[in-house]
Amino acid sequence: MDPASPTAAGASPVIEPGHSFGTVTDKISAIVQGQPTSRRWYLGFFATFFFVMVLFYTIANLLMVGVGIWGINIPVAWGFDIVNFVWWIGIGHAGTLISAILLLLRQSWRTSINRFAEAMTLFAVACAGLYPLFHMGRPWFFYWLVPYPNTMDLFPQYRSPLVWDVFAVSTYLLVSLMFWFIGLIPDLATLRDRSQSRVGRVVYGFFAMGWRGSARHWHRYETAYLLMAGLATPLVVSVHTVVSFDFAVATLPGWHATIFPPYFVAGALFSGFAMVLTLAIPIRAMYGLQDMITTRHLQNMAKILLATGLIVAYGYLMEFFMAWYSGNRLEQYTTFNRLHGPYRVLYWALIVCNVVIPQVLWFKRARSSVPLLFVVAMVVNVGMWLERFIIVVVSLHRDFLPSSWGMYYPTIFDWSMFLGTIGLFLCLLLLFVRFLPMISIFEMRTMLPEAHVQANEHSAPTP
Amino acid sequence: MADRSAMYGLLAEFERADQLVAAAQQVRAAGFTRTDAFSPFPIEGLAEALGARHTRLPLVVLIGGLIGCVGGYLLQYVPSAIDYPLNVGGRPLHSWPAFIPVTFELTILCAALAAVLGMLALNGLPMPYHPVFHVPRFALATRDRFFLCVEASDPRFDWRGTKDFLQSLGAREVTDVPR
Repeated sequence: MDPASPTAAGASPVIEPGHSFGTVTDKISAIVQGQPTSRRWYLGFFATFFFVMVLFYTIANLLMVGVGIWGINIPVAWGFDIVNFVWWIGIGHAGTLISAILLLLRQSWRTSINRFAEAMTLFAVACAGLYPLFHMGRPWFFYWLVPYPNTMDLFPQYRSPLVWDVFAVSTYLLVSLMFWFIGLIPDLATLRDRSQSRVGRVVYGFFAMGWRGSARHWHRYETAYLLMAGLATPLVVSVHTVVSFDFAVATLPGWHATIFPPYFVAGALFSGFAMVLTLAIPIRAMYGLQDMITTRHLQNMAKILLATGLIVAYGYLMEFFMAWYSGNRLEQYTTFNRLHGPYRVLYWALIVCNVVIPQVLWFKRARSSVPLLFVVAMVVNVGMWLERFIIVVVSLHRDFLPSSWGMYYPTIFDWSMFLGTIGLFLCLLLLFVRFLPMISIFEMRTMLPEAHVQANEHSAPTP
Repeated sequence: MADRSAMYGLLAEFERADQLVAAAQQVRAAGFTRTDAFSPFPIEGLAEALGARHTRLPLVVLIGGLIGCVGGYLLQYVPSAIDYPLNVGGRPLHSWPAFIPVTFELTILCAALAAVLGMLALNGLPMPYHPVFHVPRFALATRDRFFLCVEASDPRFDWRGTKDFLQSLGAREVTDVPR
């Protein structure tokens, strides 16, 4: 952990003074144990559960009728399914950035938001995975993508980006899950030891696996955690790079661009931080966690939002430049079609959402205003969804031959699937905040000044 | 309760992290080897203060990564170039750049699996039963208290003497741990 006192770096601290090991533990675990489940939680749970049912209905219908219930067609064979897949995967990236990259960069302020952001990653990747699965048309054959010896003489085509995608996304899901789980082990032990009920002791105790906080265990635990962070960092960059290969490896104008991998990764972080802010702002207010998720956290996230937003804006600019500089008429037409074609309103909305509005974050007063940050984050969520729509649909609908041009209009089932995954995501998140500590308790303990003890020195501890 | 066969060791409770660190160093200096310290958060250097050697975990992770890397590459090379050679417009069968993404992902996956499973295996977890859980106050080890255990199997262990020694290190309480 950062040896500097948490309060030294800025005016607003990462944890408000007056906390001790005990109060930090009690405050975070009381949300899970002790406090009665609030009426608002039930309300939120049932509202989101309704959309989970909508999702199930859509999927059941899809399995019975086929992908024809969506608006996809030829030429636009990738509609909302791929738009939403990329959108959800991108949202997940902020969680890994917060938990892994900021850990390696010794940004100690990450501590109070990493657990929560990792859970967000996990649920976003779970939602993302549904789309390519059901877009296959015959999802019960999904295992054909996995290399295994079989009597059909069938093996995946390893030169295809779609197969790379299977490996990248499933690795990402598994590594995120393991990273999140090992981070939870010491806190599960805390919940086990605090639990008043037998069910709580058994369930939390089962997952805590007998953790007892031994010094030798902590030593290996910290080594493993650091190595996991080091592994997750290149992984997160690779995942959206591979997702961008799904597009960039194809020769379609509007997709075939070398800028795609960095532009996609930056876009993923941009949308992910927007989602973290969208979720963190209401949750900290709902559970009174303003002393742990302080305005400093929100301001730092706003700065990252601004920085990644500028990289995304640079990506848009480069697309114009390359269209002009390449002299490729098809590429130039795609750009023209974005600005003046049938989907032009969406393109201009995208520019307003992703480039124009985030510029207010240059001002400290805007970054300090929590309601304004929430609005900007929501705007970026919409903007990044529009970006994926523009990339997928606008490039596909008018390609090389005008005779094969077409239009894509989402149907009710495109929308119900999208709303359904949003419901699933929020529902899982509500279950998470109800049953697991949403802030890493043991890491919060290390943020307190009395935790800064060095065993190597024989001198008295630093106060 | 001086019967050594019936007891696991002595558990000393401390109120502050720096007391635990100082006590760990004293216990080590006094020649005890079968000891362990328990804290609600990681304390840098505490394991070394008790005489723990370097962990082999990084080596485990390296081996896991190498298995993933070589295995991932062969997983693609063998079917594409040997078992199912497909001539697509005369392109090379051993098209190595196309094999890099999957090789990379499997390297990360196997290294991460090695890190998590290796950490748990080296720590001996899951271990639902451990004698220190007999002490009711040990529940605070995951909250705000710090514990130091000297095992009865330690050659220098002597119930009365060790108890007094731990007491003299500023322990709030020293408890017998039954087996």
